[in-house]
Amino acid sequence: MLPELGQFALVLALLLSAAQAVFGLWGAHRVDARLMAVVRPAVAGQFVLVSTAVGVLIHAFVNFDFSVLYVASNSNSALPTFYRVAALWGAHEGSLLLWIWILAVWTLAVATFSRHLPASFAMRVMAVLGIVSFGFLLFTLYTSNPFERLPLEQIPADGRDLNPVLQDPALAIHPPLLYTGYVGFAVAFAFAIAAMLEGKLDQVWARWTRPWTTLAWCFLSVGIALGSWWAYYELGWGGYWFWDPVENASFMPWLVGTALIHSLAVTEKRGLFKSWTLLLAILAFSLSLLGTFLVRSGVLVSVHSFAADPSRGMFILAFLVIMIGGALTLYGWRAPLLKSPAGFDAVSREAFLLYNNIALVLAALVVFIGTLAPLVNDALGLQSISVGPGWFTRTFPFIALALVVLVSIGIHAAWKRGKLSDNRRRVAIGVVLALVLGLALSLGAYGPGKWLSLIGVVLGVWVIVSSLFDPIDRLRRKLSLPRAIIGMTIAHIGLGVCVIAISTVESYTVERDVALGAGETVSLGRYAYRFDSLQPVEGPNYDGVRAQVTVLRDGKPMAVLHPEKRNYWVQRSVMTEAGIHSRWNMDLFAALGEDLGEGRWSVRAQLRPLIDYVWLAAGLMALGGGIAASDRRYRSRQSAEAAAAASTSTAGAA
Amino acid sequence: MNRFIIPVLVFLALAAVLFVGVRHSPNKSTMVSALLGKPAPAFELPVLGDATRTLDSRQLAGKPWVMNVWGTWCVECRIEHDTLLAIARQNRVPLVGLNWKDDDEAAQQWLAQLGNPYGVVAADREGRTAIDFGVYGAPETFFIDADGLVQYRHVGAMTPEVWEREFLSRLPQAALP
Repeated sequence: MLPELGQFALVLALLLSAAQAVFGLWGAHRVDARLMAVVRPAVAGQFVLVSTAVGVLIHAFVNFDFSVLYVASNSNSALPTFYRVAALWGAHEGSLLLWIWILAVWTLAVATFSRHLPASFAMRVMAVLGIVSFGFLLFTLYTSNPFERLPLEQIPADGRDLNPVLQDPALAIHPPLLYTGYVGFAVAFAFAIAAMLEGKLDQVWARWTRPWTTLAWCFLSVGIALGSWWAYYELGWGGYWFWDPVENASFMPWLVGTALIHSLAVTEKRGLFKSWTLLLAILAFSLSLLGTFLVRSGVLVSVHSFAADPSRGMFILAFLVIMIGGALTLYGWRAPLLKSPAGFDAVSREAFLLYNNIALVLAALVVFIGTLAPLVNDALGLQSISVGPGWFTRTFPFIALALVVLVSIGIHAAWKRGKLSDNRRRVAIGVVLALVLGLALSLGAYGPGKWLSLIGVVLGVWVIVSSLFDPIDRLRRKLSLPRAIIGMTIAHIGLGVCVIAISTVESYTVERDVALGAGETVSLGRYAYRFDSLQPVEGPNYDGVRAQVTVLRDGKPMAVLHPEKRNYWVQRSVMTEAGIHSRWNMDLFAALGEDLGEGRWSVRAQLRPLIDYVWLAAGLMALGGGIAASDRRYRSRQSAEAAAAASTSTAGAA
Repeated sequence: MNRFIIPVLVFLALAAVLFVGVRHSPNKSTMVSALLGKPAPAFELPVLGDATRTLDSRQLAGKPWVMNVWGTWCVECRIEHDTLLAIARQNRVPLVGLNWKDDDEAAQQWLAQLGNPYGVVAADREGRTAIDFGVYGAPETFFIDADGLVQYRHVGAMTPEVWEREFLSRLPQAALP
């Protein structure tokens, strides 16, 4: 009975989302308060209904209701409660429900915090979100109903269990964060569409849009970082990024979203880049939708994709064409009408933000080509080719490093009329400090490595040094330090840390794959890994073996690692659990490979310097974004006008 | 022409490519088996329910056969079971079951209760043969032609439509009534 209630709640939510879209657009068009009055209750009702559906499905999981196909396919009586709840988004149907619920939450937030906006504009924003919600609800009910029941005689005594790959805390919480980011760009998208429908886009519009966009970007940053961290210790590959289609699908909206938050800064401060900002807002959400499409349609093969179902792929494609095609057509019609007030110099802050935007979009394009090339090739009937990591490692680092240079110089530039000579001192000091510190760090601590890595470390230090000039200067002159500036500084430091960490990991990782028996040792420079013993282990829904590996430095033991090989009973799959010991400056990593018989195992032993800082850096970026989004000027109207007036004169593009 | 139209044109071109990709993907690019067009991996496994016999895949050579990978622990296998029974009644092509990493007793009980669509079931207790075939998750169904080459792989529950379109169509004309 309960699952049917959940399904019914989704049907009602579908009707409300239609009401939200129709009355929002119609009410805004007619400027009729009675029509508009329908919209906010529809949003609230939809939130309650979708929450009910989510609650019903969680209830089914927690109480082992295997009469529900989705529950039977994705959980098991031996599965711990935490994972039974997380199993909600363990496969396609539940993930969609989660997507819809997060959209309902964002929409509710927009409905709550948009009362100070002009009524017709707020209505149009909610109407666009209603259309998105309608499409996803229809998709769920039509092709992917999570409440589908099994016929009585087919109800299994026990479930098929959650995909063991997903039975991990980081992975269990990373999809909701990632989705919160993806869906958050729907808000920026809705703001863009509403602005085009109104035919009016001004600096106030940009100020409304900024905190929403920045917040979505923060969630996406953390989601991507958690996913990458998970792949590091769970898949046993020992890296932080694999250019896997599903990783790329989340990275593209992040790159374009980064471009968007910077372009919005220019639109807010100077009223420029209006049509470019609109295009980025559309693109960021389009790539989020495409991410959903790539992961869910099974068009691209990846370790992450769960289901291959052509009818779903067709539906998503039709939805993409309507949403993105419609938005871009509207753009082609309305964007030419937007006028930007004044020009700017080639070395002004606007110009540098434009260059960084170009670099970011170019980076996204490189990832896009690499991810979709196999598909395009296939569609054109050419040989199925694989654009492997080679394509990305040959192109992406150069764009990223160019971007870092642009940030390091552009951060000093003033709005409107920049003069290189004004910043010459700061640039020179920055370069000198970066060279000294960067070379000292790289060569001093690790010795000679790859050229590209050396350049990366120097440039990473340069970004950090450059981003500290302005806040230090403000403190010395006893000026106020608004949250926007603090946030921007932290996020840029995060970028620097990220570049330094990746460069170091790429150049100074030591790894060996060897066959080891009990008592045998493999040496990695000053370090050695000793394979001590192997014991059986048993978990709630798996058994396996756990090795004890002692890491020695200069012959003295410094850490004990416990890599595991687990055999999950129900899904009959073998999972690797790497043994990792994190120190402040490096990770000691060991993973078990194959059982070679006679007590010997293939073991992957690695030393990865600074790798944890890659994820820490993503956390810094997200933290910076969060602080910037909470800046006073976004919170109330009056203080907003005042702050905008104040900051235009003092610069600062957080 | 106004330059603001370019994005929508680029997008429509991309959508066309994706359309073609979706139309062709389920059988071509998503679940392509590395084995397509190559000889099926040889195996010799105990026959389920008869400890004295083994099934050698070489015995099957010479005419087309279909292998269905299943297990009692697999929900979708239960869903496709009725379809398999209907297919068995057509009696067009030998249907070989590969009982994947399962408990022999449970498997025999399953077949006794639900009916046995298979001509013979090989017990792949260790899952080695399934690995040789690159099985991604049960159920999966393979079509192997008279020359012993893998011609088709279906991932997920068998449906009458898939059977009609992808399996029956691959049988040589002579085998059709």
